[in-house]
Amino acid sequence: MRELLLCPPDYYGIEYEINPWMSVARGAQAAVAQRQWKQLHATLSELHCEVHLIPPQPRLPDMVFTANAGLTVGRKFIPSNFRHKERAGEQLFFSNWMEERGYEVHWLPDNLYFEGEGDALFGGDALFCGYKFRSDIQSHRALADMLGCLAISVELVDPRFYHLDTCFCPLPDGGAFWFPSAFDEYGQRAIREHVTDLIDVLPEESMHFSCNAVIIERDIVLPEGAPKLVTQLQDRGYRCHELPMSEFIKAGGACKCLTMFMPQREKC
Amino acid sequence: MSSETIELRGHIIDSLILPKVLDQILTSGGNFKITEINIGRKRADQSFARIEVSAETGEALDGLILRLRQQGAEVVERANAQVASAPADGVFPSDFYVTTNQQTFVRLDGKEIEVSPAMINSAIALDRKKGTARAVKFFDVNKGDEIVIGHQGVRVVPVQRATTHTDLFQFINTTVDADEPKSAIIRGIGDELRRAREANGKIAIVAGPAIVRTGAGQHLIRLIEAGYVDRLFAGNLFAAYDVERALFGTSLGANPELAVARGGHENHLRAINMIREAGGISSAVHQKILTGGILHACVRHEVDIVLTGGIRDEGPIPGVTTDVIEAQKVMRTKLAGVTHIILLATLQHSLAIASMLAPDVKTVCVDIDPPAVERAIEHQPLQSIGLVTDVEPFLRELVDCLTDSRVRD
Repeated sequence: MRELLLCPPDYYGIEYEINPWMSVARGAQAAVAQRQWKQLHATLSELHCEVHLIPPQPRLPDMVFTANAGLTVGRKFIPSNFRHKERAGEQLFFSNWMEERGYEVHWLPDNLYFEGEGDALFGGDALFCGYKFRSDIQSHRALADMLGCLAISVELVDPRFYHLDTCFCPLPDGGAFWFPSAFDEYGQRAIREHVTDLIDVLPEESMHFSCNAVIIERDIVLPEGAPKLVTQLQDRGYRCHELPMSEFIKAGGACKCLTMFMPQREKC
Repeated sequence: MSSETIELRGHIIDSLILPKVLDQILTSGGNFKITEINIGRKRADQSFARIEVSAETGEALDGLILRLRQQGAEVVERANAQVASAPADGVFPSDFYVTTNQQTFVRLDGKEIEVSPAMINSAIALDRKKGTARAVKFFDVNKGDEIVIGHQGVRVVPVQRATTHTDLFQFINTTVDADEPKSAIIRGIGDELRRAREANGKIAIVAGPAIVRTGAGQHLIRLIEAGYVDRLFAGNLFAAYDVERALFGTSLGANPELAVARGGHENHLRAINMIREAGGISSAVHQKILTGGILHACVRHEVDIVLTGGIRDEGPIPGVTTDVIEAQKVMRTKLAGVTHIILLATLQHSLAIASMLAPDVKTVCVDIDPPAVERAIEHQPLQSIGLVTDVEPFLRELVDCLTDSRVRD
């Protein structure tokens, strides 16, 4: 049974703008956000996942996006070093919470930005790591050292897809679906060389954060708005659970951003 | 040319970071040299590369390095140059750094400064206030001057072989022996001089007395008249032969046309005396005492004449710098801005000039003696052509091809 970490959206809202999706003026509807998050929680629970909840904190509206808490491999938890000061306060809540549950906390050097599962996803036998907007490429080397794994660093070039998990989603059979133009040409080539079966997500579908999906074995929980992708995934034998995510997309996040695996992998 | 050393670590092969970094260097107009590479053997092994990155200017390099840092490149901090004070006027600290004639940089307070001028067999004096590094000779140094010692923090950039176009000097880059054909090379040198003149380059001739004695003076005069000479470097003896030839038709008593002695040995002394009496070469020309010869052509065509003396000189002719240290200074000053230099039949003068040349000055050396040619061009790799031949046929052919419109193109 997969264990997941979620954070209730009690203090969620658009209180600052640190990516192109956010608009303080437009804001997010709290009640709708609550409803959408509960639906995600229920869907994941029904997929026989053990869902842990970390208590939300006032003035940390983005704590709801637990994928950015850090990266968990086995019993190791590597906390994030957030690039934006607006999110830096989340770090200690997440690391304390994980430590209290018996995870070994391994810190990256302070001067290396790294935003957890948001920029680090296992696919096949490699850890794919995004860099430039939020994480530094130097953090990938430190991760590879800590975990003893192959880290494929890919440069993100579209500020709308500022985390790897907004444009790349590895599948358990070794394939992945992705939005290629979010990567520079070398990143695209590196991914093509390491992932055999790639599903290109259409630009209009990627704008619905379709790549921001949670994969539980053959079940895929993803935002609604990507009928073509859903058909392609179903053709490969996956069950798709499409959820409304409008209020979280307003902050540049969706299903995957709201979820952290505990652990993402047992070992490298 | 500025450069920094960067290091890349991690899964730089699988992530294509290494090719990306190299591509970025080249597409920004920079250049690179991989000085060390270590590729991981097992899948999770990380790789390492140390790369020397260079760009035309310090600013271009800074911009490039900033972009490479985003790709994980770490700049290797270089050590600053070490300095010591000159213990006395005209004396360097004992382990002073001795320069080559190649482009050289010293690192001072973390920044690289180019040593100017690029001059062989000198020390490097630093001026921290001005942020300059100067190549200095013994006579240039004063007690307390900061002089670079050891090799730390000093970087030498050798002249690179051109990759973009065919350069006659780099193509030949050797000595053409007496028994080898020369016409094509001489025509090539002619084309090079023509291009140099069109590009406002400065052409200097270093002339030995054999030019006058072999009767090649007439060709050099044509070269001057055609506007291919900006500066003429020579010794007192050359000047004496030239004025003797102009005034008496002989050089050291010999008439090149008749090949028999006429006025005897005293002609050159009489000639020197006449120029001394006139107050110098220029005055002799203006007083119409000197009405022919190479130096006359120089005065008429405003070619800078740089005459220096030797131990066996008679006279000297006014205008000849006889103090050797002063002569070195004058020659260095007059070599500034010279882009092309032709060393003609004078071993000692050629060697002296060659030791003062910047590494990018295109150099042609013509001498009948093979070792003289070799020695004169040994410090100008990739920038020199040596021809073992009598100077007269060389000059004749060169001037013919430069002044005959039919051979153009």
